[in-house]
Amino acid sequence: MGTETREVIELFIDGRSVRVAPGASVAAAVLNAGKACRASVGGERRAAVCGMGICFECRVEIDGVLHERSCMIEASEGMRVRTVDAG
Amino acid sequence: MSTKFDAIVIGLGIVGCSCAWALSRRGLRVLAVGDAPIGGGATAAGMGHVAIMDDSEAQFRLTARSAELWMALRDELPPEAAVDYCGTLWIAADEEELNAARSKHAFYQSRGVRTEVLDEKSIADAEPNLRSGLAGGLRIVDDSIVYPPVVCEWMLAEVTRRGGAVRFAHVANATRTRMTLAGGETIDAGVVVLAGGDASAKVCPWLPVRPRKGHLVITDRYPGFCRHELVELGYLKNAHSHATESVAFNLQPRPTGQMLLGSSRQYGVEHAEVEARMVAWVIERAKMYMPLIGSLRVVRAWTGFRAATPDSLPIIGGRDGVDEPVVATGHEGLGLTASLGTAELISAILTGAPTTLDAGAYAASRDFGGHGGH
Ligand SMILES: Cc1cc2nc3c(=O)[nH]c(=O)nc-3n(C[C@H](O)[C@H](O)[C@H](O)COP(=O)(O)OP(=O)(O)OC[C@H]3O[C@@H](n4cnc5c(N)ncnc54)[C@H](O)[C@@H]3O)c2cc1C
Ligand code: FES
Repeated sequence: MGTETREVIELFIDGRSVRVAPGASVAAAVLNAGKACRASVGGERRAAVCGMGICFECRVEIDGVLHERSCMIEASEGMRVRTVDAG
Repeated sequence: MSTKFDAIVIGLGIVGCSCAWALSRRGLRVLAVGDAPIGGGATAAGMGHVAIMDDSEAQFRLTARSAELWMALRDELPPEAAVDYCGTLWIAADEEELNAARSKHAFYQSRGVRTEVLDEKSIADAEPNLRSGLAGGLRIVDDSIVYPPVVCEWMLAEVTRRGGAVRFAHVANATRTRMTLAGGETIDAGVVVLAGGDASAKVCPWLPVRPRKGHLVITDRYPGFCRHELVELGYLKNAHSHATESVAFNLQPRPTGQMLLGSSRQYGVEHAEVEARMVAWVIERAKMYMPLIGSLRVVRAWTGFRAATPDSLPIIGGRDGVDEPVVATGHEGLGLTASLGTAELISAILTGAPTTLDAGAYAASRDFGGHGGH
């Protein structure tokens, strides 16, 4: 997608526009936006922990696909992310 | 040990816990003993589907009575028991299976069980993620699901409150009134009940129970993906054919939104490892009914062993004149469902408590066609 040539990436987290540097992970974008990722079965809000695909705490919905590990996926232009904090 | 117990129950799975609980409700002081955690064994591995079944009249009576007892218990159980009256939807792929659904409907209706035949359109409305073109199905309205390990804990807490006790130990052998633990300690009681699941034959070698391995797979949370417990109508044929291996589509929506997917049946496998081949088979079979299953994320797979008998009915009771425990095992794939009816029967046999069940069909002394007995 030629991310190297862009200065910023715009994606949408829970419908709100968020800008991050190229190469940033979705987890970073979500944290930057001040949001948590998902909720435990008991309803507790959870966010990225390991940052390397092991703990599964950072799952969010990305472009309609549930339970994506946001730390393993680079933010891309126009991406639509849904977190536990979506209204 | 100086304390005298009225009864000892061996096995802390759902059958043993139910028996201990029912006996303690009849005023007996019960010692419940097991070599695995409370609610472990097949009980922890199983699906937790409370299903009224119609393979035989005897199976129907036991499962229907048990379902009534589960219904009566629903408000007493803690919320973590996760009781959900989601109902069962038996899926008919073709006209032949839909005819089978119609005969089942007649069978259930005449026995007072609420069922409903669905056509192609109504099954699609009921479960939008089923593939199109299915012939229809049968809904069993009052089937439910429950999380058995929590029920086991709850039952044993009551046993303890009523003066009973729980002990973690392996039982080396037992007679009608005495058990000997692996360390050599002996404990006497008014009666010993053996509910050791597929390991029961280690204590009572004549028991014709064989382990039948099953695989289950659970996904991440997809709330609303499916609403009923779904079972294919080819299931009965598969489940009871004595072929060494079979897989039937069975999907349960957990209250968390997770999808619990089953299940395989294998004879002659002793190791508990998850076999990739079987997991793949379970998933492929499910995709034939729900193509989108393939896009869900699996988080875990595990196995368990059902205690199968030659005539697919459990063994409940004792044999006259033989100094061995009274038994309650051999429930194959229905032990969670049938646990409460089994406990009622054990309680009737041992304490004269009332029951509408006829003990004869499940008796230890019945003819197993040369597979068991002396
Ligand atoms: C994959 C799968 C799916 C299933 N799905 C369903 C379902 O949806 N609905 C349903 O109704 N049923 C289902 N079942 C069947 C159900 O799980 C079993 O029938 C039921 O759990 C049997 O309970 P149990 O107490 O007899 O045996 P277990 O749960 O196996 O408990 C027996 C216990 O006895 C202990 N024990 C044995 N020998 C000794 C000894 N010598 N000393 C001390 N302790 C001993 C064992 O450690 C074990 O913990 C399923 C089973 C499997 C495998
Ligand atoms: S933060 Fe651990 S898997 Fe993403």
